[in-house]
Amino acid sequence: MSIRIRNITKQFGDFTALKNVSLDVPSGSLLALLGPSGSGKTTLLRIIAGLEQADAGSILVEDEDVSQQSARDREVGFVFQHYALFKQMSVFENVAFGMRVRHVAAAEVRTRVNELLHLVRLEGLGNRYPSELSGGQRQRVALARALAVKPRLLLLDEPFGALDAKVRQELRTWLRNLHEEMQVTTVFVTHDQEEAFEVADQVVVMRQGNIEQSGTPQDVFDHPATPFVMDFLGHVNVFHGRLESGQMHMSGFAMEYPEYQQTQSRDATAYVRPHEVELNRTPQGETSLPVRVVHVNPAGPVTRVRLLSDVFGAALNVDLSPGRYHELALRPGDQVFATPKRVRVFLPEDYAI
Amino acid sequence: MHPSHPWNKVSGPLEVTDSTLNIACQAKISPLAPRAASTLRTRKSAGGLVADEPLWLRVLLIGSAFTVIGLLILIPLVYVFVQALADGWSGLIKNLWNDPDTRHSIWLTLSVAPLAVALNTVFGLAAAWTITRFQFPGRTLLTTLLDVPFAISPVVVGLMFVLLFGMQGYFGPLLRDHGIKVIFAWPGLLLATTFVTLPFVARELIPLMESLGAEEEIAAVSLGANPWQLFWRITLPNIKWGLVYGLIQCHARAIGEFGAVYVVSGHIAGQTDTMPLRVEKLFQEYNNPGSYAVASVLTLMALLTLLGKSLLERFLERQMAAAQQEAQSP
Repeated sequence: MSIRIRNITKQFGDFTALKNVSLDVPSGSLLALLGPSGSGKTTLLRIIAGLEQADAGSILVEDEDVSQQSARDREVGFVFQHYALFKQMSVFENVAFGMRVRHVAAAEVRTRVNELLHLVRLEGLGNRYPSELSGGQRQRVALARALAVKPRLLLLDEPFGALDAKVRQELRTWLRNLHEEMQVTTVFVTHDQEEAFEVADQVVVMRQGNIEQSGTPQDVFDHPATPFVMDFLGHVNVFHGRLESGQMHMSGFAMEYPEYQQTQSRDATAYVRPHEVELNRTPQGETSLPVRVVHVNPAGPVTRVRLLSDVFGAALNVDLSPGRYHELALRPGDQVFATPKRVRVFLPEDYAI
Repeated sequence: MHPSHPWNKVSGPLEVTDSTLNIACQAKISPLAPRAASTLRTRKSAGGLVADEPLWLRVLLIGSAFTVIGLLILIPLVYVFVQALADGWSGLIKNLWNDPDTRHSIWLTLSVAPLAVALNTVFGLAAAWTITRFQFPGRTLLTTLLDVPFAISPVVVGLMFVLLFGMQGYFGPLLRDHGIKVIFAWPGLLLATTFVTLPFVARELIPLMESLGAEEEIAAVSLGANPWQLFWRITLPNIKWGLVYGLIQCHARAIGEFGAVYVVSGHIAGQTDTMPLRVEKLFQEYNNPGSYAVASVLTLMALLTLLGKSLLERFLERQMAAAQQEAQSP
């Protein structure tokens, strides 16, 4: 089932949670709403589910306007961040609840619950109570419970937020596989960009009640539309300077930026990702910046190097492959040359054409 | 006052009946709220503190505590039963059963109190639900107004109802034209008792429902539950012990209520006298054996209520400990 979100606005007192938000979720897709807290992502999810009423705008599920429907009638499976399992009921009854309130025959309920417990790999735990389960198991019960009613949409609010790193990783992979199996249109909310990129096939970055950018993970990562998106998707080095004739000039140092060929000089901010900087022992032409190694952290899949530019007095973060790190044999205090391989420049908005 | 007037001779037992009830009613600490656990902890550490003090101080403190409780509570309490049983069990039963007015007062209390409790259950649930699950203008005001019955003197409450529903009151003539009698009649008793015991259930449920949060209920709605299913399957199982606890407190207060009922009842023997009123009236009539007999039954009810309350508390503490153990084990 596709979802079409049209001009949704939501106000909480003086705080505007959503400003005229429109979004299409294609049928069968797995979409992540990504953003910092207060960006409106959870509010949008709750409005889709009918747990919150929008002040203006409409929600269409497969061409049917559901804006005025109550949450009860929307046939949406909702998974809460803190599971919201029914404490007084066994795992079996938790999963069965949606069918019980719809008066589904007992035999059918039993078959379906057992099917779902098998699907979420919790066979044999039907008689346990939520307090007797681990966090990861509880989250899977919550998922089985949401799927039991054969929802038209599956909505998850920070589904793995409360779990430890290893379980989170397992559940991400598992959710991805589950989605491929079930093909139900799924929207999940997260503030973890890694999670969004790994699980989703559509990423929507939100900020202060607006959609900042939406696209495939590859699109969003490679072509961030705004400085905010660039900044939000991991560490980034920021340079302020002037843009002129295909070059970005900073005091005593320049970077290539062929996208801008006008001769008229203007203020700009350049963004460089840590893994898109090359380090060398000797200068590589005029775009190399002399820097001093401050700190090296070789633990992990990449070696993180912290450098200081004496020209700017500014810090620079660079990620190196372990191989390159051994070649260079960097030590704190060494003088090296940094060459940005890829620069993104965002012009101040009043210059936008 | 005449020196041989019963009030002068024995003012103790009556007050004791009252204070026993107050203990039952006003210990408002819910066993379900987290603060109960911290109270327990404080009690334990306080024990350690006393052990460090010199022996004479310990003896003095513990001794004086026992003396005060013994003098003010225990002795008068026992005295009620001693007096009631002065002529043996047969005398007690004779005093209770052979007087039709006393019999009627027992029946009246046993019918008005449960009805008031039933009304307050419905009201308390509705109020707690409204206050904890909805945001609306005047919510704080409503929460504050809930405490009014605790704050106002019961006599004033009674007077208020007389002024509203009495013959000279605002609604009096209207009610009389329809042949309905509220003041000096059974409906007045119910009204006054309900008003005075109004906050107990709601006050117990509001903090409980606030700490539980609405998440489970929201989940149930998104799974398709209608409000009725939501209440019976999700909300009620979660709050049932808090509700029972509130009902016990409400009941304890309802059977012992004197002031408000005194004003609205008109004191008609065999018609509007509840047990507390009957105790007082028998006293006034110098019928000490009869008065003590009724007082002893009233006290017994209060003690049974207290017993029920502490049994429930112990049960809940054990449940809480078990739940904590469960939560700690992986």
